[in-house]
Amino acid sequence: MEADKNFVVGIFDDEDVLLGAVKKIRDAGVKIHEVYTPFPIHGLDTALGYKMSRLPIAAFMFGMTGTTLALTMMFWMLGVDWPMIIGGKNFTSLPPFIPVTFELTVLLAALGMVGTFMIVSDLKPYKKPRLFDIRTTDDKHVMAIDLAKNTSFSKDQLNGILSEAGAEEVNEKNFD
Amino acid sequence: MQVVSPVREPLVTSGKTVADVTEDICRQVEGPPTKSWMLGMAISLGALGLGGYAVFMLVWEGIGVWGLNKTVGWAWDITNFVWWVGIGHAGTLISAILLLFRQKWRMSINRAAEAMTIFAVICAAMFPGLHMGRLWLGFYWALPLPNTFGSLWVNFNSPLLWDVFAISTYFTVSLVFWYLGLIPDFATIRDRAKNKVSKMIYGALSFGWDGAAKTWSRYESVSLVLAGLATPLVLSVHTIVSMDFATSVIPGWHTTIFPPYFVAGAIFSGFAMVLTLMLVTRAMFKLEDYVTIEHIELMNIIIIITGSIVGIAYITELFISWYSGVEAEQYAFLNRATGPYWWAYWTMMTCNVISPQLFWIKKIRRSIVATFILSIIVNIGMWFERFVIIVTSLHRDYLPSSWAMFYPTKYDVGVYLFSFGFFFTAFLLFAKFFPVINMAEIKSIIKSTSEKSKVAAEPAQPSTSEINTAE
Repeated sequence: MEADKNFVVGIFDDEDVLLGAVKKIRDAGVKIHEVYTPFPIHGLDTALGYKMSRLPIAAFMFGMTGTTLALTMMFWMLGVDWPMIIGGKNFTSLPPFIPVTFELTVLLAALGMVGTFMIVSDLKPYKKPRLFDIRTTDDKHVMAIDLAKNTSFSKDQLNGILSEAGAEEVNEKNFD
Repeated sequence: MQVVSPVREPLVTSGKTVADVTEDICRQVEGPPTKSWMLGMAISLGALGLGGYAVFMLVWEGIGVWGLNKTVGWAWDITNFVWWVGIGHAGTLISAILLLFRQKWRMSINRAAEAMTIFAVICAAMFPGLHMGRLWLGFYWALPLPNTFGSLWVNFNSPLLWDVFAISTYFTVSLVFWYLGLIPDFATIRDRAKNKVSKMIYGALSFGWDGAAKTWSRYESVSLVLAGLATPLVLSVHTIVSMDFATSVIPGWHTTIFPPYFVAGAIFSGFAMVLTLMLVTRAMFKLEDYVTIEHIELMNIIIIITGSIVGIAYITELFISWYSGVEAEQYAFLNRATGPYWWAYWTMMTCNVISPQLFWIKKIRRSIVATFILSIIVNIGMWFERFVIIVTSLHRDYLPSSWAMFYPTKYDVGVYLFSFGFFFTAFLLFAKFFPVINMAEIKSIIKSTSEKSKVAAEPAQPSTSEINTAE
């Protein structure tokens, strides 16, 4: 059987039931493809065994790039390229350069982090999402289980496990 | 697991379910515009058109059409700039600072407040841009771009340049933060859309969002870091705006109290504007179950706090000017309170220091009519604060022969009107075509804070430790 094509889909109404179900189903040895929810649920990522996102590290790196860029720019422009006498003061000094450095640090950190998020999560304007159930953006939580990755279970067994864990509906979804 | 606290008031009333949230918020986006919306739009477009004439004349003739003179070179334009930037601050305070403090009541108002921030910052940026006279050269002059002046760079020691960086960073980060929150809600509208055009538009706007747990997990981490970045950013913005004045040598401007005083004033006026807008939006779109009296009361409490900080700042300024022993400084403050602009000073004092104290009375704090009136009074007061700081400090120049008064022309008023027209047009368009309340966030608290769950949770009394851990 080909992977990423045929799924068993469990629909859950309540987020606490869903959280319990994720644990039960994973304990039973079933590999969950993904859970789709209309709103963020605390603890769902750890229940699914996802590692903590490394995006904050990316943000820090982008921020440091901004700091370096800002300081290099200002020291080069006013210190090297075209030094200007302003009120007889030093051509360059750190304190008046802090505000612009701070702003560019924040700007690059924010834009870089959001950009990275868009790329790793594959979010883009022309993308057509693959929805397992249309109600997932309204009020239902949807758990998708890939049949090809759970060959030790039959379809009926998976249906049974999902219903027992509290799914109020179990459907099949095939993509071609 | 959510812990239900029986002591807190519900944040969403009438026992709304998750599906009700989708229905209530999407209804505004999907249905035809209401009569009250059309009326609001007509007024806003009228102001935009009338003000547009003033802007056209200003750009055509130059800034000589304003009432500025040799002594008072900064007046309504910079007053409006500082006023609009200040208003923007409440949006970031609600969406970023209240997120860091885990204040869940922010969720019903953060979307609209952030939209307000973005439009207010655009209105603010308009004024220094127009004051340059040749608007089209503004970017070229203000940014460190390679140029033909012998590669003469911008002066990074100038607070006015810091402002350019602060305002543009603030605008960009606010816009990104706001849009990130909109993506899941656009997906909800996309999946409900009946006709092809709205399916296509909201499909493109939603960036192919599918609500995967992995994406939500990343999304939460991005939101938290953005809130952490936006918090010092918003404080830096008004600090830098205040440095436009504080780093000068003008008596009345040259004070170290300016940064915290300006930030408090910004949050004060911003919350007043959020209240003005939310009370109108709430009535227009029937959002009484989402923006409750509880929300209004909490915002009014922030108004008392920040209003009192502003009051203390005014008094401290007066004390320090006397205590400093600097005659020019003493005169500047005496002139503010008793000089030819005494009426502006006392309008400011009454509106900003006395009027918010009325919110100590619970009945007034919870009254919609009183809140609406006071929110407008506060914004009038905050406009006068900036006018007093700018014009009264300038109009009595060092030489008595240069003393002058400032009289606004119809173009001063017209350009201000234009910014209002733009602000309300943009806000009404947002309120009609975008989900005005953050559906995804509200849905996440339905179970723990709605009235129905309160009733269900009543029999089981949680222990004190549980109440403490409840967010």
